[in-house]
Amino acid sequence: MNLLEVRGLKVSYGGINAVKGIDLEIRAGELVALIGANGAGKSTTLRALAGLERPAGGTVHYQGHSITRQPTHQLVRKGLVLVPEGRGIFGRLTVEENLHMGAYCRDDAKGIKADLQRVYARFPRLQERNHQAAGTLSGGEQQMLAIGRALMSRPRLLLLDEPSMGLAPLMVQKIFETIRAIAAEGVTILLVEQNAKLALETSHRGYVLESGLITLHDEARALLSNQKVRHAYLGE
Amino acid sequence: MDIFLQQIINGLVLGSIYALVALGYTMVYGILGLINFAHGEVVMIGAMVALAAIHALTGTALPGPVIVLMGLLIAIPACMLLGYGIERVAYRPLRHAPRLAPLITAIGVSIVLQNLAMIVWGRQYIAFPPLLPNDAYVIAGASITLLQIFIFLLATAIMVGLIFLVKRTRLGRAMRATAQNPEVAGLMGVNVNTVISATFIIGSALAAVAGLMVGAYYGLAHYYMGFLLGLKAFSAAVLGGIGNLGGAMLGGLLLGVIESLGAGYIGPLTGGVLGSHYQDVFAFFVLILVLVFRPSGLLGERTAERA
Repeated sequence: MNLLEVRGLKVSYGGINAVKGIDLEIRAGELVALIGANGAGKSTTLRALAGLERPAGGTVHYQGHSITRQPTHQLVRKGLVLVPEGRGIFGRLTVEENLHMGAYCRDDAKGIKADLQRVYARFPRLQERNHQAAGTLSGGEQQMLAIGRALMSRPRLLLLDEPSMGLAPLMVQKIFETIRAIAAEGVTILLVEQNAKLALETSHRGYVLESGLITLHDEARALLSNQKVRHAYLGE
Repeated sequence: MDIFLQQIINGLVLGSIYALVALGYTMVYGILGLINFAHGEVVMIGAMVALAAIHALTGTALPGPVIVLMGLLIAIPACMLLGYGIERVAYRPLRHAPRLAPLITAIGVSIVLQNLAMIVWGRQYIAFPPLLPNDAYVIAGASITLLQIFIFLLATAIMVGLIFLVKRTRLGRAMRATAQNPEVAGLMGVNVNTVISATFIIGSALAAVAGLMVGAYYGLAHYYMGFLLGLKAFSAAVLGGIGNLGGAMLGGLLLGVIESLGAGYIGPLTGGVLGSHYQDVFAFFVLILVLVFRPSGLLGERTAERA
């Protein structure tokens, strides 16, 4: 059974049809990339899945149940978690308070503590700065914090919006290593990326979004060798 | 002889009441970016409800302080309900409207509440019955009453409690997160509407306490009392840096002291031309100075930091 099933999703805002009826399926345990040019509707798609945009049409099923118009804060409890574009760090909260916000819906104090240690083990930099205001972190550290915070909510389906945006190449590698590791631990991931090559190299399958429509979807390896994809997104 | 210490004491007591009211303004502003101009009226309703309950109980065998306490315990939930209702009815439907719309609505709510109070309780001043002991102590030539001590200690205790709530509890963390970025707070599973309601409810509870304090301190209440008090507390919040809790407390205390000192010295300084009834001028004079020279307030540092 598909963990996520999207049928004919349409989203419009400000009179613009940003997403014009797309189908997507994600099986449990998959790492799926959604690639496309700037303004193709990638972020809008993720935002609609997380309940931040109201779909104008279509359906979204998650774990077999319709979540089409559910409010964001209820989706988190079901394990559907978005790491937003631009990271969405609470800059005036400390690093540790940010992580605790990730566990907002949980009340298992012991589990939260253990997960906090796990996040710190994964990102030692965050532990070094745990009582610092998160706004003082570098861009890469903020991305680590955003991912760590999402992990604190024990996601089943993690939606990542442009995790490499604005980061130095070394940090991009580190972030993608982390994404692979999280996927290997069994978290299903839908990854939106401008860096199509890296995204496809990391994923099992990929979707190509063009002006609000899915124009291609295939195994990631097949897309990497697809002439059209190579030309349009891999700069070859 | 020395009125200085006396005015400082009076100012701190008055200022601690301003601070309680200013917190209500600043908390709502911090989360919604909205100046809740109806907040002063919530204070007034708190005073009126408390007084009504106190009048109903006066003459029973209960000791005076117990009657006052019961008035407070009735006024607090009444104001909480009122604050919740104001947000639901007047502000929530306008959440995504241009900023001017809720501002005008706030003024509208304020007028409605004033008139409602006038219909229910009349236009006359309502006296606060002498239920509390009015023992006074003399310290270095200045006198301080038991009531003043009690007001100051209670206000301080409430502020300490509020800081604990905001800094240390799950709700407080959710409030701070929502204030910074409501959308991302929602992504953490925070029901933003619940947090906003909680903010109004907490602010209104503080307003109820402040309302009763004002009534007891001045010995009377009036349907129009919320207007000036609200404006002064708003000035205090701006003075401290609106949106900043510590700022509201500091601004409240400072404004109280400035006002008291001003009232005490304006007569001698102007050779008797202006009397202490000009004391209300100081709050707004301070407001103007702050807006001109430091619009972000004493502790305000609201700079864009959203990534």
